[in-house]
Amino acid sequence: MRLLRVARNDKRFQSAKIMDRQEYNITAYTENQVGLLNRIAIIFSRRKINIESLNVSPSEIEGIHRFNIVIVETEEVVEKLAKQIEKQVEVLKVYYNTNADVIWQEMALYKVPTDVIAEKVLVERLLRENGARAVVIRKDYTVFETTGHREETDNLLKALQPYGLIEFVRSARIAIIKASDGFHHKLQEFERREPGEEVAENEFLNDRDAVFTM
Amino acid sequence: MLSAPSPASPAALPTPTPVSGAVATLQALVAEGVDTIFGYPGGAIIPIYDALYDFKAQLNHVLVRHEQGGIHAAQGYARSSGRVGVALATSGPGATNLVTGLADALIDSTPVVCITGQVFAHLLGTDAFQETDIINITTPVTKWNYQVTRAEEIPEALAKAFYIARSGRPGPVLVDITKNAQMQLFDAPEYQPCTHIRSYRPAPVVRRKYVEQAAALINSARRPFILWGQGVVLGGAEAEFREFVEKSGIPAAWTILGTGALPTGHPLNVGMLGMHGNYGPNVLTNECDVLIAIGMRFDDRVTGRLDKYARQAQIIHLDIDPTEIGKNVPTAVPVWGDCKETLPLLTALIEPKQHTAWLARFNDHLAQEVAAVIREELFPTSEELTMGEVMQQLNEITQGEAVIVSDVGQHQMVACRYARQNQSRSHVTSGGLGTMGFALPAAIGAKFGAPHRPVVAVIGDGGFQMTIQELGTIMQTGVDVKIIILNNQFLGMVRQWQELFHQRRYSFVDIQSPDFVAVAAGYRIAGQRVDARAELRPALEKMLAHPGSFLLEVLVTKENNIFPMVPQGCSVAEIRLR
Ligand SMILES: Cc1ncc(C[n+]2csc(CCOP(=O)(O)OP(=O)(O)O)c2C)c(N)n1
Repeated sequence: MRLLRVARNDKRFQSAKIMDRQEYNITAYTENQVGLLNRIAIIFSRRKINIESLNVSPSEIEGIHRFNIVIVETEEVVEKLAKQIEKQVEVLKVYYNTNADVIWQEMALYKVPTDVIAEKVLVERLLRENGARAVVIRKDYTVFETTGHREETDNLLKALQPYGLIEFVRSARIAIIKASDGFHHKLQEFERREPGEEVAENEFLNDRDAVFTM
Repeated sequence: MLSAPSPASPAALPTPTPVSGAVATLQALVAEGVDTIFGYPGGAIIPIYDALYDFKAQLNHVLVRHEQGGIHAAQGYARSSGRVGVALATSGPGATNLVTGLADALIDSTPVVCITGQVFAHLLGTDAFQETDIINITTPVTKWNYQVTRAEEIPEALAKAFYIARSGRPGPVLVDITKNAQMQLFDAPEYQPCTHIRSYRPAPVVRRKYVEQAAALINSARRPFILWGQGVVLGGAEAEFREFVEKSGIPAAWTILGTGALPTGHPLNVGMLGMHGNYGPNVLTNECDVLIAIGMRFDDRVTGRLDKYARQAQIIHLDIDPTEIGKNVPTAVPVWGDCKETLPLLTALIEPKQHTAWLARFNDHLAQEVAAVIREELFPTSEELTMGEVMQQLNEITQGEAVIVSDVGQHQMVACRYARQNQSRSHVTSGGLGTMGFALPAAIGAKFGAPHRPVVAVIGDGGFQMTIQELGTIMQTGVDVKIIILNNQFLGMVRQWQELFHQRRYSFVDIQSPDFVAVAAGYRIAGQRVDARAELRPALEKMLAHPGSFLLEVLVTKENNIFPMVPQGCSVAEIRLR
């Protein structure tokens, strides 16, 4: 909220806040509950917002799951979405960050015919240049894997396409915060408090200039 | 979700006797203090109905005529009583008939618990007879929902349901119980109400810093203005609100769901906000310097065009729901919290003041509105009856002590504008969803929720025909509901828009009606039809004196319009008197 109010007093920031659509990483900590995915998905679909990437996995805390959602939107919209997600009964806490604030990765698998690869490509060089790894090598096909930002996984895709790429798949994005104590600390604090005691706003965001300067 | 029951020393607990899931369901309702349920049976909920047979002494079940009537009745009950309303329905069509009421309750923050039957768990997902995926259907229209497939889950699921429905910003929840879970016998532990959910923080910690900032802003304001909504009523903060208003001396206006939190006759109550609200509050919204919004959500019916809404004002927003703060209007000071808690903190920090000159401007605008609209509406010189004079006469007889339940349309706006209210929880209406057909069943529920107050439903000829079957519920239960049908022989509000914005192209808005008094008579309900001024007052008196329900049909002017009006897409300051 402090961030918000500072922003509102600053005309330039305000228009930037409204105008600039960019990738945001929304991180939601939730209870592990049937139907929650639908509840969260509806928050995006009713506003006709397309989810670019969605990953759900258990977190480091027992019984708590972590959603990583990527959308392209303005901060103003993202902030409202984050609040609406957090309002769901089974959601503990929601944070949102720009790409600059997080370390993020996507994983890709590439399946190519082994004979072509073996004949025509300097496989070793290809792997080295793209930071890739062969996961499976069979007579009929080979599966490679890379992990990284979109450009990185795209590079190997481009390199392999001329050699009869059979199949390609990329995972949802996962992201982790750059700050040293990360979300975990905040969440622990949230969990420690009994009903009624709550962090009134997303304090983390208030401090983000300090936290994120690396 | 459902964790193991908390361990207790075995000695402290009586040896549990096995009960069915159905019995456990009803035990949970009794333990939650429920006295009345509104419902309709069917195959998938028969076990619960079977158990109800033995709970007649503790639970009054009202058999409605349609599940939509059931949930609206539960809403009316909740709104007049301040307690949680409960509705029962069977699976499939029974459950889907609840959807409109759930949507209505969600947007109007009404605490309701719906229990639906569901097919046997082993049939889930097979398109079994009367199976619908009610959990997914109702996800967008519930605060929370949950499907029970084993009897052991029932006590905890219902405890959570009631806790979630009534705490924080209240809302509807739905618990879907498969038939096998209703029938299954299990050792029910003693019922434990829910007081904590790991991921749910209904009562936020109040940040004093913001309360202080708000007080400073209020103390420095020259033309401050208070807007209040249902949050004041839901928080039970009427007294705290009144103290704040009186100490600050600030004029205050209400949204239609906030109505009654400050009596209509209070000198600082300057009227209703929004599309058909009063002239002064709308115009002066764009002239105040500090706008204090309390438990209201800046709905578009209140704000009109947002980019021209109170741009000059610094806005202080008190709300329990953080998603409402900054949602529609930029907030200078957000005061997140239950206003029952935040208002006294704020009152303590503000200086006592009187904004005499500023208040006088509201009264000047009111005088203009009286001259242009209100006098003719309430004391017409025309031959035909007006909706406004019906409300005026009603006010004089009931002295503002009745619970008014209004439907949706022109008559609703007339009822909201003119009904006199001396106390809170005196007007039940469908605000956010604008659900026609709401009033008749909601009035039934409202009477069960406030049995010692007169309940008067004000309904249009169109809306009445949407849930007319609930006359059967009135007949069977003998509930005392006075019904006024304001019959303009049109779907009036739509006709008004067609007249004003579509060159009087009255496309499918003239609606024929049955002989309402005869229909009521068919249900053994007394009634009368009035079309002359001289008959109105005696008929209203007769209706109110009548022991039991009474239907009064009043033929009113066909083409009357509700003014003032903020036309769609206009700023509140552009409100038209004519
Ligand atoms: C379920 C539903 N359908 C349609 C509407 C749209 N609508 C709003 S007001 C109105 C006309 C209401 O007519 P009537 O009940 O006769 O009341 P009047 O406006 O004449 O007082 C209609 C059709 C609605 N609000 N709810």
